[in-house]
Amino acid sequence: MTFLLLGDISQSTLDPAGVGAERIAELFHWMLSGGVLIWLIVVGLAVYSVTVPGRHRPRLTKTLVIGGGAVFPTLVLTSLLCYALAMLPALHQPAPKTGLTIDVSGVRWWWRIGYRTGENERVETANEVRLPVDQAVEFKLHSEDVIHSFWIPALGGKVDMIPGRETRLKLHPNRVGRFRGVCAEYCGTAHAQMAFDVIVMQQADFDQWLRDQQQDAREPAGEAAVRGRELFRRKGCGACHTIRGTDAGGRVGPDLTHFGGRLSLGAGIKTNDADNLRRWISRTHDVKPGVQMPAFKSLSDRELDSIVAYLEQLN
Amino acid sequence: MAMTETSNRNEINKTDHVTSIWWIVVAPTVWAVHFLASYLTAAIFCAKVADSDRSAGEVQLAVMAYTVVAIVIIAGVGWAGHRRQRDGHGRSPHDEATAADLRRLIGLSTFLLSLLSAVATIFTALVFYFVGTCH
Repeated sequence: MTFLLLGDISQSTLDPAGVGAERIAELFHWMLSGGVLIWLIVVGLAVYSVTVPGRHRPRLTKTLVIGGGAVFPTLVLTSLLCYALAMLPALHQPAPKTGLTIDVSGVRWWWRIGYRTGENERVETANEVRLPVDQAVEFKLHSEDVIHSFWIPALGGKVDMIPGRETRLKLHPNRVGRFRGVCAEYCGTAHAQMAFDVIVMQQADFDQWLRDQQQDAREPAGEAAVRGRELFRRKGCGACHTIRGTDAGGRVGPDLTHFGGRLSLGAGIKTNDADNLRRWISRTHDVKPGVQMPAFKSLSDRELDSIVAYLEQLN
Repeated sequence: MAMTETSNRNEINKTDHVTSIWWIVVAPTVWAVHFLASYLTAAIFCAKVADSDRSAGEVQLAVMAYTVVAIVIIAGVGWAGHRRQRDGHGRSPHDEATAADLRRLIGLSTFLLSLLSAVATIFTALVFYFVGTCH
Protein backbone atom coordinates (compact mmCIF):
# COMPACT_ATOMS: atom_id res chain seq x y z
CA MET A 1 0.00 0.00 0.00
CA THR A 2 2.82 2.35 0.93
CA PHE A 3 4.49 1.68 -2.40
CA LEU A 4 1.27 2.39 -4.26
CA LEU A 5 0.86 5.76 -2.57
CA LEU A 6 4.45 6.93 -2.80
CA GLY A 7 5.55 5.55 -6.16
CA ASP A 8 9.31 4.97 -6.09
CA ILE A 9 9.81 6.74 -2.76
CA SER A 10 10.45 4.08 -0.17
CA GLN A 11 9.00 4.34 3.31
CA SER A 12 9.31 0.73 4.30
CA THR A 13 11.41 -1.02 6.91
CA LEU A 14 11.14 -4.10 4.69
CA ASP A 15 12.97 -2.32 1.88
CA PRO A 16 16.14 -1.41 3.76
CA ALA A 17 18.65 1.05 2.33
CA GLY A 18 20.87 1.42 5.38
CA VAL A 19 23.03 -0.74 7.63
CA GLY A 20 20.74 -0.31 10.65
CA ALA A 21 17.59 -0.89 8.60
CA GLU A 22 19.03 -4.15 7.22
CA ARG A 23 19.58 -5.44 10.74
CA ILE A 24 16.10 -4.33 11.79
CA ALA A 25 14.52 -6.04 8.76
CA GLU A 26 16.52 -9.18 9.54
CA LEU A 27 15.29 -9.04 13.14
CA PHE A 28 11.72 -8.59 11.94
CA HIS A 29 11.95 -11.77 9.86
CA TRP A 30 13.37 -13.77 12.78
CA MET A 31 10.70 -12.38 15.11
CA LEU A 32 8.02 -13.23 12.60
CA SER A 33 9.37 -16.78 12.22
CA GLY A 34 9.57 -17.25 15.99
CA GLY A 35 6.05 -15.90 16.45
CA VAL A 36 4.66 -18.16 13.74
CA LEU A 37 6.44 -21.17 15.26
CA ILE A 38 4.97 -20.48 18.72
CA TRP A 39 1.53 -19.91 17.21
CA LEU A 40 1.69 -23.19 15.25
CA ILE A 41 2.77 -25.23 18.29
CA VAL A 42 0.19 -23.70 20.66
CA VAL A 43 -2.70 -23.80 18.18
CA GLY A 44 -1.62 -27.26 17.00
CA LEU A 45 -1.77 -28.58 20.57
CA ALA A 46 -5.15 -26.91 21.13
CA VAL A 47 -6.54 -28.48 17.95
CA TYR A 48 -5.04 -31.84 18.94
CA SER A 49 -6.67 -31.67 22.38
CA VAL A 50 -10.17 -31.08 21.03
CA THR A 51 -10.09 -33.25 17.93
CA VAL A 52 -8.45 -36.44 19.16
CA PRO A 53 -11.21 -38.45 20.82
CA GLY A 54 -10.98 -40.42 24.04
CA ARG A 55 -9.24 -39.76 27.32
CA HIS A 56 -5.72 -38.39 26.87
CA ARG A 57 -2.92 -39.79 29.00
CA PRO A 58 -2.40 -37.39 31.94
CA ARG A 59 1.40 -37.49 31.86
CA LEU A 60 1.53 -36.78 28.11
CA THR A 61 -1.08 -34.03 28.47
CA LYS A 62 0.92 -32.37 31.23
CA THR A 63 4.11 -32.57 29.21
CA LEU A 64 2.48 -31.09 26.09
CA VAL A 65 0.71 -28.29 27.97
CA ILE A 66 3.74 -27.25 30.01
CA GLY A 67 6.25 -27.95 27.26
CA GLY A 68 4.33 -26.51 24.34
CA GLY A 69 2.47 -23.77 26.17
CA ALA A 70 5.16 -22.45 28.52
CA VAL A 71 8.67 -23.87 28.10
CA PHE A 72 8.88 -23.76 24.31
CA PRO A 73 7.53 -20.16 23.94
CA THR A 74 9.84 -19.01 26.76
CA LEU A 75 12.87 -20.55 25.08
CA VAL A 76 11.98 -19.07 21.68
CA LEU A 77 11.32 -15.62 23.16
CA THR A 78 14.57 -15.75 25.16
CA SER A 79 16.51 -16.62 22.02
CA LEU A 80 14.86 -13.80 20.08
CA LEU A 81 15.51 -11.34 22.91
CA CYS A 82 19.20 -12.28 23.05
CA TYR A 83 19.46 -12.01 19.26
CA ALA A 84 17.83 -8.56 19.29
CA LEU A 85 19.82 -7.25 22.25
CA ALA A 86 23.09 -8.40 20.70
CA MET A 87 22.35 -6.05 17.78
CA LEU A 88 21.90 -2.97 19.93
CA PRO A 89 25.48 -1.97 20.80
CA ALA A 90 26.48 -1.66 17.14
CA LEU A 91 23.29 0.20 16.24
CA HIS A 92 23.74 2.62 19.15
CA GLN A 93 27.43 3.24 18.57
CA PRO A 94 27.85 6.91 17.58
CA ALA A 95 29.16 7.77 14.12
CA PRO A 96 32.87 8.73 13.95
CA LYS A 97 33.42 12.26 15.22
CA THR A 98 35.08 13.22 11.94
CA GLY A 99 31.93 12.37 10.00
CA LEU A 100 28.88 14.39 9.14
CA THR A 101 26.68 15.71 11.96
CA ILE A 102 23.19 17.00 11.30
CA ASP A 103 20.95 18.84 13.75
CA VAL A 104 17.25 18.19 13.31
CA SER A 105 14.54 20.04 15.24
CA GLY A 106 10.94 18.97 15.22
CA VAL A 107 8.57 21.95 15.02
CA ARG A 108 4.81 21.64 14.67
CA TRP A 109 4.57 20.51 11.85
CA TRP A 110 7.83 20.69 9.94
CA TRP A 111 11.55 19.97 10.34
CA ARG A 112 14.41 22.39 10.84
CA ILE A 113 17.60 20.79 9.47
CA GLY A 114 21.11 22.09 10.19
CA TYR A 115 24.34 20.74 8.69
CA ARG A 116 27.39 21.37 10.85
CA THR A 117 30.04 22.62 8.47
CA GLY A 118 32.60 23.96 10.93
CA GLU A 119 33.35 24.58 14.59
CA ASN A 120 30.49 27.02 15.01
CA GLU A 121 29.12 27.02 11.49
CA ARG A 122 25.86 25.56 10.38
CA VAL A 123 23.92 25.57 7.15
CA GLU A 124 20.19 25.53 7.66
CA THR A 125 17.54 24.03 5.44
CA ALA A 126 14.14 22.47 6.06
CA ASN A 127 12.02 19.41 5.39
CA GLU A 128 14.67 17.69 3.32
CA VAL A 129 17.66 15.62 4.42
CA ARG A 130 20.41 14.85 1.95
CA LEU A 131 22.99 12.25 2.89
CA PRO A 132 26.12 10.78 1.31
CA VAL A 133 25.96 7.06 0.60
CA ASP A 134 28.18 4.63 2.56
CA GLN A 135 28.92 7.07 5.35
CA ALA A 136 27.71 6.91 8.96
CA VAL A 137 25.93 10.14 9.86
CA GLU A 138 25.23 11.38 13.37
CA PHE A 139 21.89 13.11 13.98
CA LYS A 140 21.38 15.38 16.99
CA LEU A 141 17.66 15.59 17.63
CA HIS A 142 15.72 18.34 19.38
CA SER A 143 12.17 19.57 19.68
CA GLU A 144 11.02 23.18 19.81
CA ASP A 145 7.52 22.46 21.15
CA VAL A 146 6.10 19.00 21.84
CA ILE A 147 7.43 15.46 21.60
CA HIS A 148 8.09 14.36 18.03
CA SER A 149 9.82 11.25 16.73
CA PHE A 150 12.34 11.19 13.90
CA TRP A 151 12.01 8.16 11.66
CA ILE A 152 13.33 7.24 8.23
CA PRO A 153 12.02 3.65 8.01
CA ALA A 154 14.20 2.65 5.06
CA LEU A 155 17.39 3.77 6.79
CA GLY A 156 17.06 2.77 10.43
CA GLY A 157 15.28 3.02 13.73
CA LYS A 158 13.34 5.93 15.18
CA VAL A 159 14.20 8.19 18.08
CA ASP A 160 12.00 10.58 20.03
CA MET A 161 12.68 14.32 19.99
CA ILE A 162 12.00 15.68 23.46
CA PRO A 163 11.70 19.38 24.39
CA GLY A 164 14.66 20.48 26.51
CA ARG A 165 16.74 17.41 25.71
CA GLU A 166 19.10 16.31 22.98
CA THR A 167 18.70 12.78 21.70
CA ARG A 168 20.81 11.17 19.02
CA LEU A 169 20.68 8.67 16.20
CA LYS A 170 23.20 7.17 13.82
CA LEU A 171 22.17 6.29 10.27
CA HIS A 172 24.37 4.63 7.69
CA PRO A 173 22.72 4.65 4.26
CA ASN A 174 24.15 2.16 1.77
CA ARG A 175 21.93 2.71 -1.27
CA VAL A 176 21.42 5.82 -3.39
CA GLY A 177 17.79 6.83 -3.75
CA ARG A 178 14.90 8.87 -2.49
CA PHE A 179 13.19 7.92 0.74
CA ARG A 180 10.54 9.34 3.03
CA GLY A 181 10.87 10.24 6.67
CA VAL A 182 8.01 10.85 9.05
CA CYS A 183 7.14 12.00 12.53
CA ALA A 184 6.35 8.80 14.42
CA GLU A 185 4.88 10.36 17.57
CA TYR A 186 1.47 12.01 17.48
CA CYS A 187 2.11 15.74 17.88
CA GLY A 188 -1.16 17.48 17.02
CA THR A 189 -3.51 18.33 14.17
CA ALA A 190 -1.10 18.07 11.24
CA HIS A 191 0.99 15.21 12.64
CA ALA A 192 0.15 12.97 9.68
CA GLN A 193 1.43 15.69 7.33
CA MET A 194 4.75 16.14 9.07
CA ALA A 195 7.04 14.28 6.72
CA PHE A 196 10.29 14.98 4.89
CA ASP A 197 12.28 13.84 1.91
CA VAL A 198 15.52 11.96 2.26
CA ILE A 199 17.87 11.87 -0.70
CA VAL A 200 20.91 9.61 -0.49
CA MET A 201 23.56 10.73 -2.98
CA GLN A 202 27.04 9.84 -4.13
CA GLN A 203 29.69 11.56 -2.00
CA ALA A 204 30.78 13.97 -4.75
CA ASP A 205 27.20 15.01 -5.50
CA PHE A 206 26.54 15.51 -1.82
CA ASP A 207 29.66 17.65 -1.35
CA GLN A 208 28.59 19.83 -4.26
CA TRP A 209 25.06 20.12 -2.88
CA LEU A 210 26.36 21.12 0.55
CA ARG A 211 28.65 23.74 -1.00
CA ASP A 212 25.64 25.14 -2.87
CA GLN A 213 23.59 25.24 0.32
CA GLN A 214 26.26 27.36 1.98
CA GLN A 215 25.77 30.08 -0.60
CA ASP A 216 23.35 32.96 -0.13
CA ALA A 217 20.17 33.01 -2.19
CA ARG A 218 20.68 33.77 -5.84
CA GLU A 219 19.49 37.05 -7.29
CA PRO A 220 16.10 36.76 -9.00
CA ALA A 221 16.15 36.77 -12.79
CA GLY A 222 13.26 38.20 -14.77
CA GLU A 223 10.67 40.84 -14.06
CA ALA A 224 8.19 38.56 -12.27
CA ALA A 225 10.80 37.10 -9.89
CA VAL A 226 12.20 40.56 -9.06
CA ARG A 227 8.68 41.73 -8.31
CA GLY A 228 8.17 38.57 -6.26
CA ARG A 229 11.17 39.37 -4.09
CA GLU A 230 9.78 42.85 -3.43
CA LEU A 231 6.35 41.42 -2.60
CA PHE A 232 7.91 38.83 -0.31
CA ARG A 233 9.48 41.71 1.62
CA ARG A 234 6.41 44.00 1.58
CA LYS A 235 3.93 41.33 2.63
CA GLY A 236 6.01 40.54 5.70
CA CYS A 237 7.02 37.00 4.74
CA GLY A 238 10.51 37.69 6.07
CA ALA A 239 9.14 38.00 9.60
CA CYS A 240 8.79 34.21 9.65
CA HIS A 241 11.15 32.97 6.93
CA THR A 242 14.86 33.41 6.36
CA ILE A 243 16.30 33.91 2.91
CA ARG A 244 20.02 34.37 3.36
CA GLY A 245 21.42 37.26 1.38
CA THR A 246 18.25 39.30 1.86
CA ASP A 247 16.79 41.12 4.85
CA ALA A 248 14.36 38.23 5.46
CA GLY A 249 15.57 36.69 8.72
CA GLY A 250 12.53 35.17 10.44
CA ARG A 251 12.97 31.94 12.40
CA VAL A 252 9.35 31.00 12.97
CA GLY A 253 8.99 29.12 9.69
CA PRO A 254 11.34 27.14 7.44
CA ASP A 255 14.48 28.66 5.91
CA LEU A 256 13.69 29.30 2.24
CA THR A 257 17.19 30.23 0.98
CA HIS A 258 17.28 27.29 -1.45
CA PHE A 259 13.60 26.44 -1.44
CA GLY A 260 13.38 26.01 -5.23
CA GLY A 261 15.80 23.09 -5.11
CA ARG A 262 13.68 21.08 -2.72
CA LEU A 263 11.62 18.19 -3.98
CA SER A 264 8.51 18.83 -1.92
CA LEU A 265 6.74 21.56 0.02
CA GLY A 266 4.60 21.75 3.13
CA ALA A 267 6.89 19.25 4.94
CA GLY A 268 6.93 16.44 2.41
CA ILE A 269 3.25 16.53 1.46
CA LYS A 270 3.19 18.04 -2.07
CA THR A 271 5.53 18.01 -5.04
CA ASN A 272 7.38 21.31 -5.19
CA ASP A 273 5.98 22.85 -8.38
CA ALA A 274 4.41 26.19 -9.26
CA ASP A 275 0.78 25.00 -9.04
CA ASN A 276 1.18 23.44 -5.63
CA LEU A 277 3.15 26.42 -4.35
CA ARG A 278 0.44 28.82 -5.56
CA ARG A 279 -2.16 26.76 -3.74
CA TRP A 280 0.01 26.48 -0.65
CA ILE A 281 0.38 30.27 -0.35
CA SER A 282 -3.23 31.18 -1.07
CA ARG A 283 -5.10 28.18 0.41
CA THR A 284 -2.62 27.03 3.05
CA HIS A 285 -5.16 25.60 5.45
CA ASP A 286 -6.94 23.64 2.74
CA VAL A 287 -3.67 21.92 1.89
CA LYS A 288 -2.55 21.37 5.49
CA PRO A 289 -5.18 21.96 8.16
CA GLY A 290 -3.72 23.23 11.40
CA VAL A 291 -0.55 24.70 9.90
CA GLN A 292 0.59 27.90 11.60
CA MET A 293 1.33 29.84 8.40
CA PRO A 294 -1.56 32.18 7.54
CA ALA A 295 -3.18 31.83 4.11
CA PHE A 296 -2.53 34.83 1.84
CA LYS A 297 -5.96 34.91 0.20
CA SER A 298 -5.77 38.63 -0.49
CA LEU A 299 -2.96 38.30 -3.04
CA SER A 300 -3.96 38.96 -6.62
CA ASP A 301 -3.14 36.35 -9.26
CA ARG A 302 -0.33 38.54 -10.55
CA GLU A 303 1.15 38.96 -7.09
CA LEU A 304 0.86 35.26 -6.41
CA ASP A 305 2.57 34.39 -9.71
CA SER A 306 5.37 36.79 -8.90
CA ILE A 307 6.04 35.34 -5.47
CA VAL A 308 5.90 31.81 -6.88
CA ALA A 309 8.35 32.78 -9.62
CA TYR A 310 10.73 34.21 -7.04
CA LEU A 311 10.59 31.25 -4.69
CA GLU A 312 10.94 28.68 -7.45
CA GLN A 313 14.16 30.38 -8.55
CA LEU A 314 15.71 29.94 -5.11
CA ASN A 315 17.63 26.78 -5.88
CA MET B 1 -23.63 -29.22 57.19
CA ALA B 2 -23.69 -25.88 58.98
CA MET B 3 -21.20 -27.28 61.46
CA THR B 4 -18.81 -28.33 58.70
CA GLU B 5 -18.94 -24.94 56.96
CA THR B 6 -18.35 -23.16 60.24
CA SER B 7 -15.44 -25.34 61.14
CA ASN B 8 -13.94 -24.93 57.65
CA ARG B 9 -14.31 -21.16 57.87
CA ASN B 10 -12.72 -21.19 61.30
CA GLU B 11 -9.91 -23.29 59.97
CA ILE B 12 -9.42 -20.92 57.05
CA ASN B 13 -9.55 -17.87 59.30
CA LYS B 14 -6.81 -19.35 61.39
CA THR B 15 -4.39 -18.92 58.50
CA ASP B 16 -0.88 -18.34 59.68
CA HIS B 17 1.84 -16.55 57.80
CA VAL B 18 2.42 -19.66 55.71
CA THR B 19 -0.97 -19.50 54.01
CA SER B 20 -1.12 -15.72 53.77
CA ILE B 21 -2.26 -14.52 50.37
CA TRP B 22 0.56 -11.97 50.44
CA TRP B 23 2.98 -14.76 49.55
CA ILE B 24 1.61 -14.59 46.03
CA VAL B 25 2.87 -11.07 45.41
CA VAL B 26 6.36 -11.48 46.85
CA ALA B 27 8.06 -12.76 43.67
CA PRO B 28 6.46 -10.18 41.29
CA THR B 29 7.39 -7.47 43.79
CA VAL B 30 11.00 -8.63 43.81
CA TRP B 31 10.99 -8.49 40.01
CA ALA B 32 9.51 -4.96 40.09
CA VAL B 33 12.09 -3.78 42.61
CA HIS B 34 14.90 -5.39 40.57
CA PHE B 35 13.60 -3.65 37.44
CA LEU B 36 13.42 -0.25 39.13
CA ALA B 37 16.77 -0.60 40.85
CA SER B 38 18.47 -1.63 37.60
CA TYR B 39 17.12 1.24 35.52
CA LEU B 40 17.56 3.83 38.28
CA THR B 41 21.17 2.75 38.70
CA ALA B 42 21.75 3.03 34.97
CA ALA B 43 20.03 6.42 34.72
CA ILE B 44 21.95 7.94 37.64
CA PHE B 45 25.25 6.42 36.54
CA CYS B 46 24.89 7.56 32.93
CA ALA B 47 23.79 11.06 33.96
CA LYS B 48 26.33 11.66 36.73
CA VAL B 49 29.26 9.27 36.55
CA ALA B 50 29.85 7.87 33.04
CA ASP B 51 33.19 8.65 31.34
CA SER B 52 33.53 10.20 27.94
CA ASP B 53 33.57 6.73 26.34
CA ARG B 54 30.12 6.20 27.89
CA SER B 55 30.90 2.65 29.01
CA ALA B 56 28.70 1.30 31.78
CA GLY B 57 30.64 -1.70 33.11
CA GLU B 58 29.90 -0.70 36.71
CA VAL B 59 26.18 -0.74 35.97
CA GLN B 60 26.53 -4.25 34.56
CA LEU B 61 28.21 -5.40 37.77
CA ALA B 62 25.55 -3.74 39.93
CA VAL B 63 22.72 -5.29 37.92
CA MET B 64 24.40 -8.67 38.09
CA ALA B 65 24.48 -8.36 41.90
CA TYR B 66 20.83 -7.25 42.00
CA THR B 67 19.95 -10.20 39.78
CA VAL B 68 21.67 -12.76 41.98
CA VAL B 69 19.88 -11.39 45.06
CA ALA B 70 16.52 -11.26 43.25
CA ILE B 71 16.82 -14.77 41.85
CA VAL B 72 17.79 -16.21 45.23
CA ILE B 73 14.73 -14.59 46.87
CA ILE B 74 12.42 -15.63 44.02
CA ALA B 75 13.80 -19.18 44.08
CA GLY B 76 13.25 -19.37 47.84
CA VAL B 77 9.68 -18.12 47.56
CA GLY B 78 9.01 -20.44 44.62
CA TRP B 79 10.43 -23.44 46.47
CA ALA B 80 8.28 -22.65 49.53
CA GLY B 81 5.22 -22.30 47.30
CA HIS B 82 6.00 -25.58 45.56
CA ARG B 83 6.28 -27.36 48.92
CA ARG B 84 2.97 -25.90 50.03
CA GLN B 85 1.09 -26.97 46.91
CA ARG B 86 2.34 -30.55 47.31
CA ASP B 87 1.38 -30.66 50.95
CA GLY B 88 -0.67 -33.82 51.68
CA HIS B 89 -2.32 -35.71 48.84
CA GLY B 90 -4.39 -32.97 47.30
CA ARG B 91 -4.35 -32.66 43.51
CA SER B 92 -5.06 -29.52 41.56
CA PRO B 93 -7.28 -27.58 41.04
CA HIS B 94 -7.29 -27.23 44.87
CA ASP B 95 -10.82 -25.79 44.92
CA GLU B 96 -12.23 -27.39 48.04
CA ALA B 97 -13.33 -24.99 50.78
CA THR B 98 -10.74 -26.26 53.23
CA ALA B 99 -7.76 -24.65 54.79
CA ALA B 100 -5.53 -27.34 53.33
CA ASP B 101 -6.72 -26.67 49.79
CA LEU B 102 -6.49 -22.92 50.24
CA ARG B 103 -2.94 -23.44 51.39
CA ARG B 104 -2.20 -25.59 48.32
CA LEU B 105 -3.82 -23.07 45.95
CA ILE B 106 -1.78 -20.21 47.35
CA GLY B 107 1.30 -22.42 47.14
CA LEU B 108 0.64 -23.24 43.48
CA SER B 109 -0.02 -19.57 42.61
CA THR B 110 3.13 -18.51 44.44
CA PHE B 111 5.16 -21.15 42.62
CA LEU B 112 3.87 -20.23 39.15
CA LEU B 113 4.30 -16.50 39.73
CA SER B 114 7.82 -17.16 40.97
CA LEU B 115 8.65 -18.90 37.69
CA LEU B 116 7.22 -15.97 35.74
CA SER B 117 9.07 -13.45 37.90
CA ALA B 118 12.35 -15.33 37.50
CA VAL B 119 12.01 -15.22 33.70
CA ALA B 120 11.09 -11.51 33.80
CA THR B 121 14.05 -10.73 36.07
CA ILE B 122 16.43 -12.57 33.75
CA PHE B 123 14.97 -10.72 30.75
CA THR B 124 15.60 -7.41 32.52
CA ALA B 125 19.18 -8.42 33.35
CA LEU B 126 19.85 -9.53 29.76
CA VAL B 127 19.38 -5.95 28.55
CA PHE B 128 22.25 -4.79 30.76
CA TYR B 129 24.38 -7.78 29.86
CA PHE B 130 24.17 -7.01 26.13
CA VAL B 131 24.03 -3.21 26.22
CA GLY B 132 27.07 -2.21 28.19
CA THR B 133 27.09 1.48 27.35
CA CYS B 134 25.20 4.68 28.08
CA HIS B 135 24.68 5.50 24.38
